[in-house]
Amino acid sequence: MKEENDNNNILEEVTSGEYKYGFVSDIDTETAPVGLDEDTIRFISSKKDEPDWLLEYRLKAYRYWLTIDEPNWALLEHPPIDYQAIIYYAAPKQKKGPESLDEVDPELLETFNKLGISLDEQKMLAGVAVDAVIDSVSVKTTFQDTLAKHGIIFCSFSDAVKNHPDLVKKYLGTVVPHTDNYFAALNSAVFSDGSFCYIPKGVRCPIELSTYFRINAANTGQFERTLLIADEGGYVSYLEGCTAPQRDENQLHAAIVEIITHDNAEVKYSTVQNWYPGDKDGKGGIYNFVTKRGLCKGDNSKISWTQVETGSAITWKYPSCILLGDNSIGEFYSVAVTNNMQQADTGTKMLHIGKNTKSTIISKGISAGKSNNTYRGLVRVSKKAENARNFSQCDSLLLGDKCGAHTFPYIKNNNTSSVVEHEATTSKISEDQLFYCQQRGIDTEKAIGLIVNGYAKEVLNQLPMEFAVEAQKLLAITLEGSVG
Amino acid sequence: MLLNIKDLHVSIDGKEILKGLNLGVNNGEVHAIMGPNGTGKSTLASAITGREGFDIDSGEIIYKGQNINELSPDERANEGIFLSFQYPVEIPGVSITNFMRTALNARREYKGEEHISAGEFLKKMEEKKKLVDIQAKLTKRSVNEGFSGGEKKKNEIFQMAMLEPTLAILDETDSGLDIDALKVVANGINTLKSQDNAFVIITHYQRLLEYIVPDFVHVMYDGRIVKSGGKGLAVELEERGYDWIKEHA
Repeated sequence: MKEENDNNNILEEVTSGEYKYGFVSDIDTETAPVGLDEDTIRFISSKKDEPDWLLEYRLKAYRYWLTIDEPNWALLEHPPIDYQAIIYYAAPKQKKGPESLDEVDPELLETFNKLGISLDEQKMLAGVAVDAVIDSVSVKTTFQDTLAKHGIIFCSFSDAVKNHPDLVKKYLGTVVPHTDNYFAALNSAVFSDGSFCYIPKGVRCPIELSTYFRINAANTGQFERTLLIADEGGYVSYLEGCTAPQRDENQLHAAIVEIITHDNAEVKYSTVQNWYPGDKDGKGGIYNFVTKRGLCKGDNSKISWTQVETGSAITWKYPSCILLGDNSIGEFYSVAVTNNMQQADTGTKMLHIGKNTKSTIISKGISAGKSNNTYRGLVRVSKKAENARNFSQCDSLLLGDKCGAHTFPYIKNNNTSSVVEHEATTSKISEDQLFYCQQRGIDTEKAIGLIVNGYAKEVLNQLPMEFAVEAQKLLAITLEGSVG
Repeated sequence: MLLNIKDLHVSIDGKEILKGLNLGVNNGEVHAIMGPNGTGKSTLASAITGREGFDIDSGEIIYKGQNINELSPDERANEGIFLSFQYPVEIPGVSITNFMRTALNARREYKGEEHISAGEFLKKMEEKKKLVDIQAKLTKRSVNEGFSGGEKKKNEIFQMAMLEPTLAILDETDSGLDIDALKVVANGINTLKSQDNAFVIITHYQRLLEYIVPDFVHVMYDGRIVKSGGKGLAVELEERGYDWIKEHA
């Protein structure tokens, strides 16, 4: 017993780390009045100079939202959210849209530099196009010209509404309708900005596309909207990163991501989510209620979700795939780390509708401190989905004895020719493993980083190279603490 | 003297396992520690390497002239103490290559040196792999995951070769090895042996000592070394059995 206690003490010390992105930038911000009613929505819509149909869409969503209740089926606990205490629109003040970096607030650029993302030369070299969203507004999209040569549209959601209204109108809400769930309805009513991407027929996007989200202003919710469309034979790899300042109060983040792939198209969507998780006692932190869903509309199309979730006080997120086209493929690779008082209820839905559809789910949960980490997944095979295949593997790793790991795999198989496989394991970092590393000269903190990264390797390998390195460091940092 | 253990008393969960053990090891020497099961051989290895839960009640472990009782396991390792584990543990997803680079760099950081360059590291890996006759692809696999008993022990010797310890403790490295693997392991140890390091070989049988000639043989019984001698003692033990020791204890 004694040995076990010592071991837990070490883990506790090592895993109670501090958040490294908690700075606040002094940026002049324009906000909507606190609270939410139809006027707030009209305010947002007029600020963005939106067409009437979009305002109507928002109002319809808002009216629906008023009729429904917050979902309570997730394994999450939090005080009631006061939706009237939130600011629904905050934008860094600047003239119109910036034409060049010179027009962007230097404080804003400094913010992105601190986050390790520079919007100019560095990314040129790295070959990643970036759309940066701070609070509610897209600040700058790089590489537009290069992308335009290929006919690729990659811009802020607001710009897409202005410049490509037909595309937005055609696809908005087709994968996640405004009636989908409570947070989706809220987002549909108040979403402020986000990224839009369209890959034309037969085009393989030559560079990684990336959006960086940052909540800066206090008492502000962030409700971004991302819409990705890959037309026939198109391909894109898309990265998303997020951070927020350290604040005592909780902040709400309720985003929607919709992906549509047509025949033979493929979208690879990777997220490294590092919103502020709150302090050691659970004070502050982001409430992350996100709806992400992809529709494999065409035959032989593919959507792959990879997520590394280390932040947020609460994570409620189920990136899913609707496998409508025959032979379409859905993938979900996830590493979710919870530490201190964090709570995560995350997983995926794979809905097999087309014939010969395939899905793979690899989920790695890592719980430390007093946190709770839940995998919740649904694999549903419809009657027509002949020869559908699913493989799911859900592993949980516990650090210490005060945290929780839970797995809720739901399987509904309505087709006798299909095969659904599920494997699950729960393990602990053993004292034997730690001592083995220490005996080779590797201290406890580094040893935990090493073991955790090894455990999550299958998922990290799915990330684009540049992101994988960042994610590895992040995993180690999230679990790093006060040893020595 | 490289290692000087004086009147060491060690307990686990309040139960005394080592009851006044004395051992002196000089550079350039090979010591064999033999004895029946449950007499504290592995506890001795754990106490020297600083494993959590092995409480030193009294006595001293002096290594390179310094009392190391208060040093953490990784500090002891970085001071040149290496343990070849009786039951090497699996670390899924961590390749031997990555593990070794992390370990070597940890040592370099400890000494205030620069990290090892990729080229230098790979050269060293190649050289040491040959020494223990392990296949190139083995180092790409996760540490000990799915390894056979022989592969695990060879991997321990490989790591020892990479880390070049001053004091190497081998805990039952020979157990479960077939004769070919045993020869490889012995050859590795004999090659690494020099005037600047020392080996403490914990073994149950005399078998390994046919390939590695010890300078001293100690017999442990009930938490103490009850008999010490030259290499002839091992042979005598093999012939007369441990009951003979019990009579003397």
